[in-house]
Amino acid sequence: MHEYPITQHIIEMAEKYAKEQGASSVEAINLVVGDYSGYVGESINLYFDIIAEGTLCERAKLNIERVKPKLKCTSCGEYFERRPFSFECPYCKGEGEPTEIGKEFYLKSIEIK
Amino acid sequence: MEETKEIEIMEAVYDKNDEVAAQTKDSFTKKGIFAVNVMGAPGVGKTSSLVQIIKGLSGITSYVIEGDIEADFDTKLLQSLGVDAIQINTGGACHLDSPLIEKAAGELPLKPGVLFIENIGNLVCPAEFQIGEHVKMLISTVTEGSDKPYKYPLAFEKADIILLNKCDLIPYVDFDEEFFLKGVRAQNKTAPVIKVSAKSGEGYEEVVKWIKEKKETL
Repeated sequence: MHEYPITQHIIEMAEKYAKEQGASSVEAINLVVGDYSGYVGESINLYFDIIAEGTLCERAKLNIERVKPKLKCTSCGEYFERRPFSFECPYCKGEGEPTEIGKEFYLKSIEIK
Repeated sequence: MEETKEIEIMEAVYDKNDEVAAQTKDSFTKKGIFAVNVMGAPGVGKTSSLVQIIKGLSGITSYVIEGDIEADFDTKLLQSLGVDAIQINTGGACHLDSPLIEKAAGELPLKPGVLFIENIGNLVCPAEFQIGEHVKMLISTVTEGSDKPYKYPLAFEKADIILLNKCDLIPYVDFDEEFFLKGVRAQNKTAPVIKVSAKSGEGYEEVVKWIKEKKETL
């Protein structure tokens, strides 16, 4: 439920850049959302149409690229996705530590007319 | 027909929460207030632990901001013990955010001391949002089971100190301490894990000592 204000902000950002370019409409918004970012892509989608109504983004398609969190092995340095109930590296059986991969949340691009 | 043109932006979605959190933290620091974000699932003993810690901090002024979805039992309990406590009811929201804390802090007569902000009972969302705290205190329990660091890794990763509560119940529950600690350490190399019992008061001297030491570094 905490996606409502952030969705509003995404639309504001997209509108700002679209206006700077003199666009008449935003056709698509390309967003990158890590699974550990604290925001759920589906929920952003849910609010999007309601909030976008009456803005330049009204007809925009919201494309969300999800990023799965990855751990980095403290022994061999490989990045990997963790399995349930384990932080073990699948390559060398070492132990993985948290990384920033999967925590990203950014506006990648917009498509305008 | 006009052509569609793609504009690259690559800008982090600016989170107002983080900006307000940074300002709130700064204002707490200037006032000599050490702010502790208390997190944990419902029923882990967040309020009971605060009662023990505040007792141990005698001589240092303590304040509590209580976050709950509904009701004010915890605030009334703390007030009955003479603690300056105020209630925030989120009316359904799953975590506290920084604008809520900024507003609530304005209602407390804050003199130098320790401010405990008891977050909503939830092991997921509170870990994702800064609220102006200096440190995050996570309370876990032996009754929840030793798999919690594996199921809710972010809360354990973000914690600065971890209390393992209800340790008086160890003889009655199947708690695998080694598995628990292994999971904690995979995500968090530095946070002390302190075994406590809010019922008996055991273990809280160490928690109080840690808070006092951290407060000195303000």
